[in-house]
Amino acid sequence: MGRPGFVLEVDRSTPPTLFHHGEGFRLEKLPVGARVVYPAEPLDAIADPDEAIRQALHNPLGDSQPLPSLLRGGMKLTIAFDDVSLPLPPMKRPDVRQRVVEAVLEMAAGAGVDDVVLIAALALHRRMTESELRQALGDRVYDAFEPHGMLLQHDAEDPDGMLHLGVTDQGEDVEINKRAATSDLLVYVNVNLVAMDGGHKSVATGLASYRSLRHHHNVQTMQQSRSFMDQHRSELHSSNWRMGRLIAASGVNVFQIETTLNNNTFPPAFDFLQKREWEWSFRDRAAFTASSKALQRTPPRIARQIFQGQRAPYGLTSVQAGEVEAVHAQTTEHVYEQQLVSVAGQADILTMGLPYICPYNVNSIMNPILVMCLGLGYFFNLYRGKPLVRAGGVLIMSHPTPWEFHPVHHPSYIDFFEQVLAETTDPAEIEAKYEESFATDPWYIHLYRTTHAYHGVHPFYMWYWGAHALQHLGGVIVVGGDTRSVRRLGFKPATTLRDALEMAEDVVGRDPSVTHLHSPPILLADVT
Amino acid sequence: MIREALAGRRIAVTGSTGFLGTAVVERLLRETDAEIVLLVRPGRRATAADRARREIFRNDCFARLRSEADDFEALVASRVRVIAGDVAVDGLGLDDEGRALLTGCSTVIHSAASVSFDSPLDAAVEVNLLGPTRVAQAMADVGATAHLVAVSTAYVAGSRRGRAPEALLPDTPFSTEVEWRAEVDAARRARADIDADSRRPGRLTRFMKEARAELGAAGTPLLATRAERRREQWVVDEMVELGRARAGALGWPDAYAYTKALGERALIETHGDVPITFVRPSIIESSLAEPVPGWIRGFRMAEPVIISYARGLLKEFPGLPEGVVDVIPVDHVVAAIIAVAAAGPSPDGPSVYQVASGSRNPLRYRVLVDLVRAYFKANPLYDADGQPIVVPQWSFPGRGKVQGQLERTVRALKAAEKVMAALPVRGKKAETSSGIESKREDAERALSYVRLYGAYSETEALFDDTRLRALWDRLPAGDQGSFNFDANSIDWAHYVHGVHLPSVVHHARVRTTGGGRSGPDRVERGRRAVLSPDRHLAVFDLENTLIASNVVDSYAWLATRRMPDDERVRFVLRTLKEAPALLALDRRDRGDFLRHFYRRYEDAPAGRLRNDAWQLFAHLLLTKSFPAGVRRVREHRALGHRTLLITGALDFVVDPLRPLFDDVVCASLGERDGRLTGELIEGPPTGEARALVMADYASAHGLSLEESVAYADSASDLPMLEAVGFPVAVNPESKLSVIARKRGWHVEQWARAPGGPRPLLPIGPRLVRA
Repeated sequence: MGRPGFVLEVDRSTPPTLFHHGEGFRLEKLPVGARVVYPAEPLDAIADPDEAIRQALHNPLGDSQPLPSLLRGGMKLTIAFDDVSLPLPPMKRPDVRQRVVEAVLEMAAGAGVDDVVLIAALALHRRMTESELRQALGDRVYDAFEPHGMLLQHDAEDPDGMLHLGVTDQGEDVEINKRAATSDLLVYVNVNLVAMDGGHKSVATGLASYRSLRHHHNVQTMQQSRSFMDQHRSELHSSNWRMGRLIAASGVNVFQIETTLNNNTFPPAFDFLQKREWEWSFRDRAAFTASSKALQRTPPRIARQIFQGQRAPYGLTSVQAGEVEAVHAQTTEHVYEQQLVSVAGQADILTMGLPYICPYNVNSIMNPILVMCLGLGYFFNLYRGKPLVRAGGVLIMSHPTPWEFHPVHHPSYIDFFEQVLAETTDPAEIEAKYEESFATDPWYIHLYRTTHAYHGVHPFYMWYWGAHALQHLGGVIVVGGDTRSVRRLGFKPATTLRDALEMAEDVVGRDPSVTHLHSPPILLADVT
Repeated sequence: MIREALAGRRIAVTGSTGFLGTAVVERLLRETDAEIVLLVRPGRRATAADRARREIFRNDCFARLRSEADDFEALVASRVRVIAGDVAVDGLGLDDEGRALLTGCSTVIHSAASVSFDSPLDAAVEVNLLGPTRVAQAMADVGATAHLVAVSTAYVAGSRRGRAPEALLPDTPFSTEVEWRAEVDAARRARADIDADSRRPGRLTRFMKEARAELGAAGTPLLATRAERRREQWVVDEMVELGRARAGALGWPDAYAYTKALGERALIETHGDVPITFVRPSIIESSLAEPVPGWIRGFRMAEPVIISYARGLLKEFPGLPEGVVDVIPVDHVVAAIIAVAAAGPSPDGPSVYQVASGSRNPLRYRVLVDLVRAYFKANPLYDADGQPIVVPQWSFPGRGKVQGQLERTVRALKAAEKVMAALPVRGKKAETSSGIESKREDAERALSYVRLYGAYSETEALFDDTRLRALWDRLPAGDQGSFNFDANSIDWAHYVHGVHLPSVVHHARVRTTGGGRSGPDRVERGRRAVLSPDRHLAVFDLENTLIASNVVDSYAWLATRRMPDDERVRFVLRTLKEAPALLALDRRDRGDFLRHFYRRYEDAPAGRLRNDAWQLFAHLLLTKSFPAGVRRVREHRALGHRTLLITGALDFVVDPLRPLFDDVVCASLGERDGRLTGELIEGPPTGEARALVMADYASAHGLSLEESVAYADSASDLPMLEAVGFPVAVNPESKLSVIARKRGWHVEQWARAPGGPRPLLPIGPRLVRA
């Protein structure tokens, strides 16, 4: 059992603090009196995950029947699973999805079900590659299903592949994957990395279309989700729940399986990343120095390959199955158990080091828009109660922010960055003026459907993800970023953290209070 | 007296579209009552009258008269008659009306000449040598005995030291005696000989080779056109060289002076009863006072040299510092001609007047250079960045030295250009070669100035003007006021600084103010033009225009798709080893290359390739695509333009790209029993075939190519680019970069997505087998 997360107050004896910085790290001396929020150490993993999964499938939560009793010969079974955006980084094989899917398939085979289709629930994300599917599901499942066309990837733009189930009392269209909607049983396999994942969001978002998503993936919803990690205060959550209930009411029979992981995020070579700096052993110091020096000499392209090749030694901490809401309530508790850290009061300045990965650049490039999304969308929202930084405060994030894009994965991002952001960075204006043309652009749709491209509207969602932070903050400074791209994002570039803190004082006043979010591993600040 | 003498007379003028002729017409019209007959050569599309209206009376030479006269048009209509005539044709090509008008003339001012110092020999001979004789002959034929005032040049005296007398050439000591008829025959024969020479197989092969070196695999029709143009240019160059050599051999500085000199001799021999007078001006430059100070027409001899100097391009120019540059303002020459016309022919037969400044009011070369330098130090020109240009200090080296230096520079730049052209570079790097080319052109221009005009700054002759002086002295004060040709009245410092240089700078349209440009720059203007709503069709090439890939990459990728790993690498390396040979074939003829290369698809399973092509698209083509290019296609569509892709790539490779365009024209291979034959179904859309496809497409959709845009990257796409009104060179390779710069085409530099994957070899991701 690891130690819980905690808040350290920096004093003169505190060693420099580690900041993630893309495919590299920085050691920064934080001002005396600054606070550092550390995540908890990894919870103990379940010793026999396969047995735990079997137990969960046999002992469902809520009003659900055990899975074997829901399966029968001649039925139409669809297994949807989270796509490549989870978990981060990708976990060491076998992936938890592989374990769950194999267990479900075993039961289905036992019950004589032969109409089984697997669907990657990627919403408007990019289609997964063969190796990514093999990573998530294992070779056995892949080879058994893919050649027969029974391993599908959700296509939100397939005119014949979607089914409109109705409109919620708030006027929200609910349109999801037709195969999933018309199956006798829809099993959804989740990896719940953060509190936002899972619940009704799995089906209502993962298997939905633009027509449906636009009701909650918009500026207003995001600004009213404070934060979207806190289901009780998240409009994103509420909207998904309304849709989920409508899906259930439409007769779609969902059997939800959710899994939680501990935060054992980094492989042994990067062990020091999840230790507290003053506890670094000689080996940790040596590893840090060696890897930092080596990375400085490594061409960025190679460094990116090395980092993207990392596999997290995550351990399974819980598995829940059954009725969606009952499952999700328990899952959330498990996520909180690992991630929640109490923090008293807000700061004038929040600092964070952004790592090389976010949900949308697995095996890809973290382009400037994703830097914005990771910092202002994800990390800023890793709070419950109040943001870590006060209203009008300043966010300082560290990332190289290169003007780089993956031409296959992010084609619409390139145009968004070079055309839309050149005009304005205001989320509401962007939404009103440009969203529809990108969302309905036939070329982006073509690339989304046939290659491995994110949907044309996706960069807009990334920008909306940061809308709450943009509204809340008095300024954003990027340390060590490409000046041109940082400015294009509408932020201020700084060379060093010291400079950035000086610049921030112009906004928040003299002697500001500073909080540093020491993540990843991921934590959720419970700010009182 | 002059006005009275000319009152009611009819005066014919040849060469009135030229610098001197225009000024003569203006002065006659403004200062006399004479009726004026203009002998104008009809243009290819314009009649003589049209040319007179456009090229003579619209010139700003007449601005003063327009403002002074009550009704300028009426004045012209009442006083001027225009007849079609050509001094390069026997009988001047006159019609009956023309002949009748000529008959009634009392004076003919013959100022038509080929004044270019580098005219082909035969052209100079026809106009300068035979022209005066033809005019006299035509006058004799119609029985006119008007006074023929033939404008010649002071330099007929040849390259000589000391006094050049104001006398007929046969009476001048040291003047070269040449049988002019033999020279005419030789020049005509030379044209025929050189033309015949230019058609010999060896030469034709060379022209073809040069055309290919310039344009690459641009297709047979374009290459043939270019080769023929090169042949014609070669003939012209040879004739120019011949003229220069012949003139030099006989002691004249250039073909102009040489043909003018023989023209005088010919006229003396053939004038018969027509009374003749020669007026020999020296170097005519902008006007001192009439009609307005600084009036000049066309860029003449000193002007390009001056502007090149002011732009810092002429680092050195030869000349004798103490030598005299014999410059005479145009209004002085005009006044002298009119005075001579008024005075009438000498009763003693043909006579000569020299209009020059050197013997009376010499302008030393050093003084001129210092004046020019001082002027541009005070009023510098500005470069493209808005920075003032510093003018060089000349050290008056010998002509040989300057010429040698420039020749070496040109040779070195030519070599560098060749190297650049051979390198497989494109985009920004290729702009280097266009930069080298422009430097080479600058050096060549400087060299040509030195060759052409060097002799004039080294001249040691002093042109006697005793007779002209006597004529001046006889004029009453009133005429001296209105018709000033007194060389003593020129204040050179005032003339250079206050009159000539401001006028030259004005006419050169160079930047005379500093600072950055306001408004959109050239690139932005080009972009706006192609993305204007007025355009309606945008045609795109594929390889290296939208995607940094080629048919060899695609083939290697597809062929290795299902091979085991080690074999894949071996295969790709083997294909790459053939690359130079393939590249050479591609450079020779794109169509042949494709035909040859596509044979490799023989027996390939069609269905599988079609499937794999989608992987190729996702993994290779998109990775290598230019996002800005793809965006441009869509911008055109958003503007409602039709978009057309024309590529030599195969249909199944191009299929995934179809949604980007309204239409696609590509190559397809035949298919038998589910396998590809390796043979094209029809000729590939390359070279001139593209222009035809575009023309057909445009007419089928009711579009005009004039309002269309084409994007391509290579000189082999020239037919496609030339077919439209708005060509765009995308990441052009050296040849196209040079062409685009010359023609002012819009250039786009499109790059692959920054940071994107850069596969070393065109191999797809590994397939894991069950």
